[in-house]
Amino acid sequence: MDWNLLLTQFMNGLQLGLLLFLLASGLTLIFGIMDFINLSHGSFYMLGAYFCGSVVARGGSFLTGILVALVGAFIIGAIVEWVIARRLYREDHLDHVLVTFGLILIFDTLVHIIWGPAGMAIPLPDFLNGQITLGTLVLPIYRLVIILGGLLVAGILSIMVTRSRLGMLIRAGASNRTMVEALGVNIHRLFLVVFAIGAAMSAFAGMLIAPITEASIGMGNEIIIIAFVVVIVGGIGSIKGAFYAAIIIGLMDTLGRSYLDDLLKVFMSVHHAETAAPALSSMLVYILMAVVLAFRPQGLFPPAGAR
Amino acid sequence: MSWLPTSVSGRIYTALLLLLAAAPWIILWADQPFLLDLLSRGLILAIATISLNLILGYGGMVSLGHAAFIGIGAYCVGIPAYYDIYNGWIHLLLTIVVSAAFALVTGTICLRTKGVYFIMITLAFSQMVYFTFVSLEEYGGDDGLVIYLRSDFPAFMTMDGPVALYYWIFGVLLLALLLVHRLVHARFGRVIVGSKFNDERMQSLGFNTYRYRLACYVISGVICGIAGMLLGNFTSFISPEMMSWIRSGELIFMVVMGGTGSLFGPLMGTGAFVFLEQYLPEFMKLLRESWLEYWHLPFGLLLVALVLFGKGGIHGMLTRLDARRGRTESD
Amino acid sequence: MTEPILRITGLCKNFGGIIATDNVNLEVQPDIIHAIIGPNGAGKTTLIAQLSGQLRPSAGRIEFNGEDITHHSTASRAHSGLARSFQITSVVLPMTLLENVMLAVQGTSGHSYRFWRPVSRDQEMRNQAMEHLTRVGLGDRVHRLAAEVSHGEQRQLEVAMALAMKPRMLLLDEPMAGMGTEESARMVEILSGLRGDKTILLIEHDMDAVFTLADILSVLVNGHIIATDTVENIRGNLEVQKAYLGEEHA
Ligand SMILES: Nc1ncnc2c1ncn2[C@@H]1O[C@H](COP(=O)(O)OP(=O)(O)O)[C@@H](O)[C@H]1O
Ligand SMILES: [Mg+2]
Repeated sequence: MDWNLLLTQFMNGLQLGLLLFLLASGLTLIFGIMDFINLSHGSFYMLGAYFCGSVVARGGSFLTGILVALVGAFIIGAIVEWVIARRLYREDHLDHVLVTFGLILIFDTLVHIIWGPAGMAIPLPDFLNGQITLGTLVLPIYRLVIILGGLLVAGILSIMVTRSRLGMLIRAGASNRTMVEALGVNIHRLFLVVFAIGAAMSAFAGMLIAPITEASIGMGNEIIIIAFVVVIVGGIGSIKGAFYAAIIIGLMDTLGRSYLDDLLKVFMSVHHAETAAPALSSMLVYILMAVVLAFRPQGLFPPAGAR
Repeated sequence: MSWLPTSVSGRIYTALLLLLAAAPWIILWADQPFLLDLLSRGLILAIATISLNLILGYGGMVSLGHAAFIGIGAYCVGIPAYYDIYNGWIHLLLTIVVSAAFALVTGTICLRTKGVYFIMITLAFSQMVYFTFVSLEEYGGDDGLVIYLRSDFPAFMTMDGPVALYYWIFGVLLLALLLVHRLVHARFGRVIVGSKFNDERMQSLGFNTYRYRLACYVISGVICGIAGMLLGNFTSFISPEMMSWIRSGELIFMVVMGGTGSLFGPLMGTGAFVFLEQYLPEFMKLLRESWLEYWHLPFGLLLVALVLFGKGGIHGMLTRLDARRGRTESD
Repeated sequence: MTEPILRITGLCKNFGGIIATDNVNLEVQPDIIHAIIGPNGAGKTTLIAQLSGQLRPSAGRIEFNGEDITHHSTASRAHSGLARSFQITSVVLPMTLLENVMLAVQGTSGHSYRFWRPVSRDQEMRNQAMEHLTRVGLGDRVHRLAAEVSHGEQRQLEVAMALAMKPRMLLLDEPMAGMGTEESARMVEILSGLRGDKTILLIEHDMDAVFTLADILSVLVNGHIIATDTVENIRGNLEVQKAYLGEEHA
């Protein structure tokens, strides 16, 4: 076995897992607290990448790009909450699915109009562009940055959720909404802030990945479905659940892609194994979700107090 | 003529069916063969949305994976055709058996969940089917399959030629409408509708609602599978893309646009959808040449507006019209 | 004494730390009205929900008609002749009163895998439903939507639906909850009309109604039955009981 390859793949899986966590943590809060299904959460992922990209393209620094992406997504998230989502919290989930499906179309087309149909590459600043060598292992610095950045946000989020007043309200809201309302909290403001922070985190994830994949229209539409899987597997409303589920799914997906074909070659011809493996490894996460839903529908780590 | 429907909606729907029955003649006369294609595709999608409406509209089961059945039906034509089996009865039988089996197995698991969990688990299963077909290299994988000949129904109606295929589709559509209409008013349908609104009460009245809902899910899956079989014949090119979750989302959109839980709603919704998809780009192009590509923008706005302001969809609007007319007449 | 129609032995139910039903033992004789009283939160609704199958007991055994039904589903209990009404009105709101009661008739009359014939043409079922609606005094408004009638009428509908299931025993959870005096009187009348015909397990807060209707009375406090006796005896004991309830509650 090639241990270097395994370690590299492991880092890739961790990276995907952390990106998923950045998306899913906001999603799970919006879901858990407002009971709102936000398919357009992936649009902020795309917007984050484009915001950062345009700043860098205009000669701004990468760090300014990050800042603009975060603030921009926060504002747009707040507007979406204020103008649309807020009216629909008490309506059917069906309405949520439809309205956010519509938002995806709108955001995708707006990006098309503003930045054109082609993708946008985001060059990395020099200090992030190198590689470091650990023994025989060569790791791109930027991958480490993504992993560290993801862990940092996860850390900040977990401290915020467990220590701050906002976090207390968020936790209470995720397990018992009526209670928070009974406390006389300005629930509308809480919802707005949660929605906007979720949007900013989604944008952060999008801009983190963009230097590797480049920003493109609809880039959030695939990953958002996986992020939903993370939310369900982790338990709706649970940050902790989102974290573990994201890491599990990130690793499972990445390692599945690189090793499933070897496994399949035991059963079938090399040719068939190589064509079937990518599809089957994409399927793994859905199988995981179906199994979790069938046997533990509340998810692996449901928020304390929730049923 | 007392047999004429008295409500506005009833009259519109009757007129629509008559128009659809005569459509090929009108289209041939007007020499617009392309319209027949558009109509055929629309009616196939309408059969699928009628089936989705059965579980979603009447039964409250919001499936985000219904397009999987379209794909299953299409591959039940495509795979036999790949082995040069063109007997339509075999295709039909295969479609019914495979869709029913898939619905039974997945429904058994999905229907243990409710609400958003149901949405997500139906999505999960449809994604599994999607990726299964992507991985089936033998049958084209990602690239799909070409079907060279239509299903052949010896000693029955042929599907060859656009008009014959159209009448096949129209016939199946009528059967689907009739079936759903009878179903929801019969004992079976009352249980389905009742459990949408109050499942706990229905159980305490003595209904094992789980089994009735499962039966309903299977029926819906089979109807949608047949729509897929027709689609396979119509497009003569099939690929896993037919069952991506975006397609399932569009089916939901069509049902809601038409009005959930009404017999003709799905037909109207599908009509509106297909019409917009076809003519919105052209309309945008009229405004400005380069805007052609931006037609998703008004489409998305429409969707948002529909949810925020258009309660009840097209059918809802028509019945409100009826209600208003009723009031003015009785004044 | 005759064989009881319902026998509950050692029934327990806890929700996490809360013990809602605490070792309840109870026998209900056939064809009488057996009432259960007790303060709010005593566990009355939880008890009914276990009898009708919505809740699974943590421990204990429920026998109905000599058959162990502890693990039967809600639906199958309905078929063996147990019907319940809900404290918080639970009907199919977007359907008419008639449609609701027809569903109740349908529920216990054979299977519903009938896909073709409209129920509206089922005269037999319709007549039965009309009969029950008339019996509870709703005969003149059967085509109103359940969502549109008054709260009192919805409570009457609940009872009509329970009756339409042709049960051997009715489990009524506060049928008079939220009713005016006139409506309550009407309900007392309906229920007395059923005496001797059906066994009724009645949960009710309205003491006048309970004393008028009940043959036997059980007192449930903190999930536990503290007394079961004839109405006269419990009534004689009422001061004691009141003090007891008060103490328990303090
Ligand atoms: N689903 C539940 N989860 C947790 N606690 C419950 C639940 N249902 C009832 N309880 C608790 O069980 C106790 C008994 O409730 P209930 O049976 O409704 O009382 P009653 O009908 O006598 O007023 C109460 O303390 C109530 O809070
Ligand atoms: Mg109660």
